[in-house]
Amino acid sequence: MKELNGSQMISEALKLEGVEVVFGYPGGAALNIYDETYKQEYFRHVLTRHEQAAVHAADGYARASGKVGVAFVTSGPGFTNAVTGLATAYSDSIPLVLISGQVATSLIGTDAFQEIDAVGISRPCVKHNYLVKNIEELPRILKEAFYIARTGRPGPVHVDIPKDITAAIGKFEYPKEINIPTYKPTYKGNAKQIKKAAEIIEASNRPLLYIGGGAIISGASELIREFAKKTGIPAITTLMGLGVMRDDDELNLGMAGMHGSYVANMALSESDLLIALGARFDDRITGKLSEFAKHAKIIHVDIDPSSISKIVNAHFPIVGDLKSVLSELMGRINAKPENFEKWREILARYNSLYPLKYTDSEEVLKPQWVIEKTSQMVGDDVVVSTDVGQHQMWVAQFFAFNKPRQLVTSGGQGTMGFGLPAALGAKWAVGDKPVINFTGDGSILMNIQELMTSVVDKKPVVNIILNNSFLGMVRQWQTFFYEHRYSNTDLSIQPDFVKLAESFGGVGFRVKTKKEFEDALNTALKSDKISLIDVVVDRFENVLPMVPAGAAIYNMILDDKGQK
Amino acid sequence: MRRVISVIVLNEHGVLSRISGLFAGRGYNIDSLTVAPIPESGFSRLSIVTSGDERVLEQIVKQLHKLIPTYKVIESGEFVEKEMALIKIPLNENFGGLDAILKAYNGSVANTNENYIIVMVADDANRIDNFLKAIKKFNPVDIVRGGSVLMDI
Ligand SMILES: Cc1ncc(C[n+]2csc(CCOP(=O)(O)OP(=O)(O)O)c2C)c(N)n1
Repeated sequence: MKELNGSQMISEALKLEGVEVVFGYPGGAALNIYDETYKQEYFRHVLTRHEQAAVHAADGYARASGKVGVAFVTSGPGFTNAVTGLATAYSDSIPLVLISGQVATSLIGTDAFQEIDAVGISRPCVKHNYLVKNIEELPRILKEAFYIARTGRPGPVHVDIPKDITAAIGKFEYPKEINIPTYKPTYKGNAKQIKKAAEIIEASNRPLLYIGGGAIISGASELIREFAKKTGIPAITTLMGLGVMRDDDELNLGMAGMHGSYVANMALSESDLLIALGARFDDRITGKLSEFAKHAKIIHVDIDPSSISKIVNAHFPIVGDLKSVLSELMGRINAKPENFEKWREILARYNSLYPLKYTDSEEVLKPQWVIEKTSQMVGDDVVVSTDVGQHQMWVAQFFAFNKPRQLVTSGGQGTMGFGLPAALGAKWAVGDKPVINFTGDGSILMNIQELMTSVVDKKPVVNIILNNSFLGMVRQWQTFFYEHRYSNTDLSIQPDFVKLAESFGGVGFRVKTKKEFEDALNTALKSDKISLIDVVVDRFENVLPMVPAGAAIYNMILDDKGQK
Repeated sequence: MRRVISVIVLNEHGVLSRISGLFAGRGYNIDSLTVAPIPESGFSRLSIVTSGDERVLEQIVKQLHKLIPTYKVIESGEFVEKEMALIKIPLNENFGGLDAILKAYNGSVANTNENYIIVMVADDANRIDNFLKAIKKFNPVDIVRGGSVLMDI
C-alpha cells in the first residue's frame, strides 16, 4: 500500500475520480495542497480571481458536463468567499466538491490567523460536509465526498482539511466500494404507486407535465420527450427544466411561473392532473398557494422524499430516480394523444390569445430582440449562461433551448455574479462549442475580475451585457409596486465596458443598433479572446407577463400600459 | 401539537449540530433534546420533543432522514417517555406532605446539605409539570429539567 501525504492523497483521489479541472485560489492553509497541485499531472488547475468565482466555475462545469465540479480554497476569508457558490449549487442540486484548507489541528479553537468554523458555516449550504481530523480517514472521506455529491439528489459537499493533515503521511487506500449505512438513496419507484399513476393519467382529462431541473439532472430528458409524444400530454417547465422539451415541440407550453407564459400558467390553473417530474414547487412558480393548480390531483416523482408534499400535497407520491420511474411508467401506460385533444385545443386557444411577445422598435434595441437574434444566429450547438435579473427571464422566454444542459443559470438562489464564472466553467466542459453569457450591467460588475481568468487560460466566452443602466429587475418592481421610486437602482453612471474588456486583454464592443449587434456578435464568436458586448437597450422595458408576488398564478399582468 | 421523535444517528463529530441546525434553520421548535451514544454500537440516539402540525412533523421527519448520518427516525407508535427533574428546596421550609408527593411521583431525595435538600423525579413530561406545581408550595429555589428520553415499544 502506498504511503502518501495528505496533499498527494487529494491528487490521487481526484485522479481516481476522473477530475480534469479544478478551479481555485491559494493561501497559507492550502499551501501544501497547492504545492502538490504544481507537481502532479492529473488535472489542470484554473486560478480564478475570487473564490466565489472558483465555486461558480466548478458549478458551471458541473451543469454543462453532468460531472462533479471541484474547487480548492484556503481557510478563513478564502472559504467564506466561497459560501455563495456553495449556496447557489445547493439550491440547484449541483454536484460539486469544495476542498478548503483549515488551520492546523493544534490551532483549531484558538482563534488563530485565518481560522473560521468552516464546517459550521457551510452546513446549511451543502448536502454534507467534513472536517478531517486525522490522515487515516482522508481517503475514505474524499471517496464519500464524491459519492455523496453525485448520487441521490446531487449537491455540493465540503471537505475542510487542516494544514498539518495535508502534510501528514498515511497509507493511501482509496475505497473501491462505498458503504455509508445511513445513506441509501431510493432509485426504484414503488411499483404499486407507478401502476396507480398510470391509471390516474389514463382517467384524467386535462393532464399536464410539470418539468423541473431534476429531469435534466437525472438524464431523463429523452424519456420525457418520448412520454409526452406517446401520450400527447402537454408540458410546462420551470426555469431549471428548460431544454428538456424542444422549444418548438407543439406540446411544450414553455416556462410557467412569475414570468411564465400565459398559456403555461393557465394550463397549471386548469389542469386536472399535474405530473411533477423533478420539480420542487418553488414559490416563483406556484404563486399564491391556495390558488395553485386548484383543480388538479398531483403525481409527484422525485428522488428526494423531503421534496414531496413540502409545499403542496402530492396525492400520488413516487420516490425514485426519474429515469427509472418513467421507463416503468412508459411500459404501463396506454393513454393516447387522442384522449387529450380537447385539452390541447383549449391550450392552443390560450396561446394564440396571449403569446409571448414584445414590441420591437427601430429607435432603440429591445433586449428581447437581442436574445432572439442571438438564438437564431448561434443555433443549438451552444451553451448559454445567465446572470440574474430581467435579462435572465428574457433569456428563459426568448432563447430557443432545445437540449438539456444548454442553459446554465442560478435558479434557486438567483445569484448575481454567477454568469461569467459559470460560463468559464461551462467552457471547460464543452470545448469548442461557443458559450454565451447574457448578463446585466449590474450583475457583470459582481465578478468582472474573471475576465482575467479567461484571458490567461485562453477560454473565450461571449458576454452580452443587456445594458439598461438600471438594476432592471428591481427597477421593474419599483415601477409596478413602489410608484416609480427608483431607490438605488439607477446605474446611469457606468464604467466604459469596452475599455474594461480591453484592459483585461479581451475585446469589447458597444452597440446601439441591430446591425452593430449582429456584426459584434459575429466577430465575438470568431474571436479567440473573451468578449464583452455592451448592448444599449431600452431602459424601461419590463418583463411580462408578470405575476405579482403573492398573487394567484393566473392573475398575470399582461401589458405595461402606463407603467414605463 | 406536541410531538416526540427518536433519531438514531452515526455517532460522529458534529452530528448534533447538524440536527439542531436543521431545526434552527427551518424554524422548527425544539422543546427538548437529549442525546447519548447507544452502547456497543457506532450510533447515538436522540430524543426530541417538538411541536407543530401534521405537515410540519412530516417535514421534520423527512429532513432528518435527509441528513447523511441519519440511520433511522422513529416518530410513530407508542413511546415510553421519561424526563428527569432536580429541585432544590431550602431546608427551613416546612416539609409537611413532601413525602407523599415524592411517593406519588416516584421521586426521591437526591442530596442534602446544611442549607438545602435536592429532590429528584423521573416521569413523563406531563407528570413532571404536575409535580412541579405540587412542589411549588415548598418554594424551590432552583429547578433543573433534563429533557425527555424516549423508547419506542
Ligand atoms: C447577489 C445578489 N444581490 C442582489 C440580488 C437582487 N437582485 C435581483 S435582480 C437584481 C438586478 C439585476 O440587475 P442587472 O444585473 O443589471 O440585470 P437586469 O435586471 O437589468 O437585466 C438584483 C439587485 C441578487 N439576486 N443577487
